[in-house]
Amino acid sequence: MCETCGCGDPEIVPIEVQERILSDNDAQAAHNRSHFHGLGVLAINLMGSPGAGKTAVLEATSRAAAGCLKLGAVSGDLATERDADRLNAAGIVSSTITTGSACHLDARLVHHALHHFPSNDRDIFFIENVGNLVCPAIYDLGQAANVVTLSVTEGEDKPLKYPVMFQKADLVLLTKVDLIPHLDFDVAAVEDALARVMPEAEMLKVSAKTGEGIDAWLQWLTERRPAEVERPPEGHGHHHPEHSHEQPHEHH
Amino acid sequence: MHEYSIVASLIDRVQHEATVHGGSRVHRLHVKIGELSGVEVDLLKTAFDTFRERTICAGAELAIDTVSPAWACPSCDRSLAAGAILRCDDCGRPARMVQGDEIILERIEMEAPDV
Ligand SMILES: Nc1nc2c(ncn2[C@@H]2O[C@H](COP(=O)(O)OP(=O)(O)OP(=O)(O)O)[C@@H](O)[C@H]2O)c(=O)[nH]1
Ligand SMILES: [Mg+2]
Ligand SMILES: [Zn+2]
Ligand SMILES: [Zn+2]
Repeated sequence: MCETCGCGDPEIVPIEVQERILSDNDAQAAHNRSHFHGLGVLAINLMGSPGAGKTAVLEATSRAAAGCLKLGAVSGDLATERDADRLNAAGIVSSTITTGSACHLDARLVHHALHHFPSNDRDIFFIENVGNLVCPAIYDLGQAANVVTLSVTEGEDKPLKYPVMFQKADLVLLTKVDLIPHLDFDVAAVEDALARVMPEAEMLKVSAKTGEGIDAWLQWLTERRPAEVERPPEGHGHHHPEHSHEQPHEHH
Repeated sequence: MHEYSIVASLIDRVQHEATVHGGSRVHRLHVKIGELSGVEVDLLKTAFDTFRERTICAGAELAIDTVSPAWACPSCDRSLAAGAILRCDDCGRPARMVQGDEIILERIEMEAPDV
């Protein structure tokens, strides 16, 4: 660095920043969080490998929650609208976020989808992320919880190989457990792996095909719903006058 | 590859600081990347080398400080070995990450008359 010698070199100064590089995304996620809060909706960021069974779990959830909970979803999809079509057919109000070549959703994409979403009265809003065990974990979307699907055909070691994703998870759904009798899958081994990467390891075993474990998953979701829209444990679908779902939400 | 989108955010941020401080050429960026941040340092370098041209960061160096992960018990502060079960043997409490997930822009070295 050349300071005052007069040689004509420009002065180089250090500018301290000390901020997260993704602070813009963090701010947008906080904004989304206030939307979800204002709507009294539980927002879930559903992540996992391609084909881990994210959409199938949501289809099964809709079957089990029919008449009790109003479900909504946005699906991050590289090119198609297949997942949103499947979810709409299953009774979940859904739209697609086309990501093009992006390997993850970010808070801005979710915000845009939120403002174009056809319904404002959902109880639970699922954000089905792009199938990928790495990138989506880095971006806060404004969700209340991260749920990671891990299918039994992927192997017990995935939590150790992809620690970032599992470390950020509030819950792991071990999916396709109906296939376990046909595989050498060791449930205890995956539990051990999770305990080494996830401080409060919690896993539920589910099968979208047989419906096994879907009630426990619904229970997990119900326990996390925002207090102001809490209903009796058995749940019911009609409108309460004190709900503020119908009000237009604030935005700035 | 999310490293490209991270580099895009990084360059935007540097451009913003340069505007604020009347900076012109950027010589070096110091970033801190945790080994459990999900960001691959090699991919980040490649993405930076590709994207910096024709931006305020053209010709700038990216200095990366990597941070290894560390976990500790929130009650007794006992640290846990890498790869261990993330629960304190003594207190039974879930461990807390002390470091290792950083994705931080620490400092920019630039030519700036207004500082
Ligand atoms: N046997 C069995 N197969 C399942 C189960 N759940 C999903 N599958 C199958 O797994 C494949 C992928 O399921 P999807 O629900 O499309 O997975 P996804 O994670 O949404 O996939 P992407 O969105 O493309 O990443 C499909 O062929 C499903 O039939 C299950 O519980 N049991
Ligand atoms: Mg899907
Ligand atoms: Zn908004
Ligand atoms: Zn302790």
